Amino acid sequence: MKKNMTRQVLALALATGMLSATPLLAQELTGTLKKIKDTGIIALGHRESSIPFSYYDDKQQVIGYSHELMLKVVDAVKTELKMAKLDTKLMPVTSANRITLVQNGSVDIECGSTTNNTERQKQVSFSNSIFAIGTRLMTKTNSGIKDFPDLAGKNVVTTAGTTSERLLRRMNEEKQMKMNVISAKDHGESFLTLETGRAVAFMMDDALLYGEMAKAKRASDWAVVGTPQSFEAYGCMMRKDDPAFKKVVDAALAKAMTSGEAEKIYAKWFLQPIPPKGLNLNFPLSDVVKALYKAPNDKAFD
Amino acid sequence: MHEFDWSSIPNALPFLWDGMKISLEITLSAVVFGIVWGTLLALMRLSSVSVLSWFAAAYVNLFRAVPLVMVLLWFFLIVPHLLERLFGLPPGSDVRLASAIAGFALFEAAYYSEIIRAGIQSVPKGQMAAASALGMTYGQSMRLVVLPQAFRNMVPLLLTQGIILFQDTSLVYVSALADFFGAAYKVGDRDGRLVELLLFAGVVYFIICFAASRLVRHFQNRLKTA
Amino acid sequence: MAYNWNWGVFLQPTATGDDTYLGWMFYGFKMTIALSLSAWLIALAVGAVVGILRTVPNKLLAGIATAYVEVFRNIPLLVQLFLWYFVMPELLPEQLGNAFKQTNPILQQFLASMVCLALFTSARVAEQVRSGINSLPPGQKNAGLAMGFTLAQTYRHVLLPMAVRLIVPPLTSEFLNIFKNSAVCSTIGLLELAAQGRQLVDYTAQPYESFIAVTLAYLTINVVVMFGMRWVEARVRVPGYIGAK
Repeated sequence: MKKNMTRQVLALALATGMLSATPLLAQELTGTLKKIKDTGIIALGHRESSIPFSYYDDKQQVIGYSHELMLKVVDAVKTELKMAKLDTKLMPVTSANRITLVQNGSVDIECGSTTNNTERQKQVSFSNSIFAIGTRLMTKTNSGIKDFPDLAGKNVVTTAGTTSERLLRRMNEEKQMKMNVISAKDHGESFLTLETGRAVAFMMDDALLYGEMAKAKRASDWAVVGTPQSFEAYGCMMRKDDPAFKKVVDAALAKAMTSGEAEKIYAKWFLQPIPPKGLNLNFPLSDVVKALYKAPNDKAFD
Repeated sequence: MHEFDWSSIPNALPFLWDGMKISLEITLSAVVFGIVWGTLLALMRLSSVSVLSWFAAAYVNLFRAVPLVMVLLWFFLIVPHLLERLFGLPPGSDVRLASAIAGFALFEAAYYSEIIRAGIQSVPKGQMAAASALGMTYGQSMRLVVLPQAFRNMVPLLLTQGIILFQDTSLVYVSALADFFGAAYKVGDRDGRLVELLLFAGVVYFIICFAASRLVRHFQNRLKTA
Repeated sequence: MAYNWNWGVFLQPTATGDDTYLGWMFYGFKMTIALSLSAWLIALAVGAVVGILRTVPNKLLAGIATAYVEVFRNIPLLVQLFLWYFVMPELLPEQLGNAFKQTNPILQQFLASMVCLALFTSARVAEQVRSGINSLPPGQKNAGLAMGFTLAQTYRHVLLPMAVRLIVPPLTSEFLNIFKNSAVCSTIGLLELAAQGRQLVDYTAQPYESFIAVTLAYLTINVVVMFGMRWVEARVRVPGYIGAK
């Protein structure tokens, strides 16, 4: 272990050409933790319209369930590194660029509405899961759409870079459904596409669909329907191969979940009126999420 | 017909103004850096050292062949990655603004260098000959004789390019940076008032760019008569 | 550098199983070409009309043409695109707007992009046409009128044949621009070259290969167009005139 680390440090020093300039400090910090300690800044990735997980309120402040959990993590990192002051830098990400931005170092941790699956684990690492969803459809109550087979030959919107996009395109290909799949930039744009009548249905994670409904001009016009096409666990995303940072993040999330704090945050975002329009999502705590709170883990569902 | 509802704009004005400041910041830094780097490129292009002129020609042609959107994506998604890998550096504070400014500046420099090259070539050769006859070195004659005249001829073109650049800053939309257009889009998206906000953004851009291009034309006419 | 280069990724079947990633790239390439060429033809036609109108003695017509050029030149392309795609269907009479919105989304995106690029470019073409006509000595027009030509005949037989040949070189750069500007259309979801590049980054996690491939594709377009236009320029050059050596 020790030997291995020395080699890593040496390789790093060689690679950076700073062998002579940087004395090898006795501290054990590596990777993201070292970067945070050195710069005094942690870069947080957030979403702009993942209601109620991570989104802007009307003062352009980031709020939401995942965001509050991420702030718990920030506190834990601050304590772990014994820092008097830790600045946060907020970086908005979209479904399509979030993985790249975590990989390229623009973002240290992203808690929003990101599914932890085995495909993505090849590129990034995930924290303890913070939520669980099923992928379903939102449509106008009077559209006559009840389930996925009703979508054949219709315009259907989903958000680019999401698991739903892949599922929908694959379904289209395998079942020859002749749907026209529109990939919008973010959930807000997807909903706009649905609301303006460009698409008859919007496929996405059920919780997010209820969240978009909270934004609608008349929430009662919309319904979430259909057999879930997948069940997925949300996690916070970090760079791969950084066990020290992941440990701090996991511990912070586990503490929030087992202590009952997470449940309070849940109630605030899913069972009470939330911005922007003061709508209550009334999305009761599912058994899966309850189990997660009881025994936090970072397993993907697929 | 659409029912218009402009009510989200007044409250969003401070946020939109913040966005406008970002647009202006990118425009100004890219104009300044673009002109400096563009001048150097133009001088390299015209220089008798073939490596330099070859490099400048390759640079200019490469950047002029690639869409600005691609350049911005390169800088936003790939270059932070690359720098980090090459130097093991901790990433800078706001990657989006820094990468947008860098992307714009390097991209616009290619266009500026073409304007400046034409400007330098428009100065009669005799000027250069006269300067060297006076005993000036190449650097001195460029700096004291040729460039001042070239810039005077080029000012309107450089300013017009600045207006184009200001319009192009809206493309930082691809990096989720809240410039004026990004801010307008975000407000519209958030409040479900995209139609109104997009129209508003269009009108604001039009007023600014139209007024600016009129000013440039006025200035150009004065320069001609002077 | 710990990056795993994998150029073979282009030959892999896509995650959705409909094609290979190279196939996606090629689809994007075709889309870029189709979009740019169709927009260019419209831009030439509209630009020529507007450019000519700017030089006619009728104040009203010239004024309308000037307003047209100013509007399309002073609003950023991206904003124009969003106005066409998101705003226009809402401003149309409801039935027409809905009819447009129910059509195939690819067609919607393509039409909005094409109209946007075409009109944006037409304003620039109009400026070239105007300056081409204005660069001709006034004697040409007067001579035409003196010979008993009507104004329309003077344009048709005297001014335009000369102007067209003069403006080919500046039009080359507008033609190149339209290919580059078409990349902006990726923002409304049109799967042209730049959009496919971004999608490839997302699906393959091989950002360098994807972006290098897309950049090379744009370079190729650029080189081909440049050589093509050089050939045209050589054919139409007016002996003894500017640009002819």
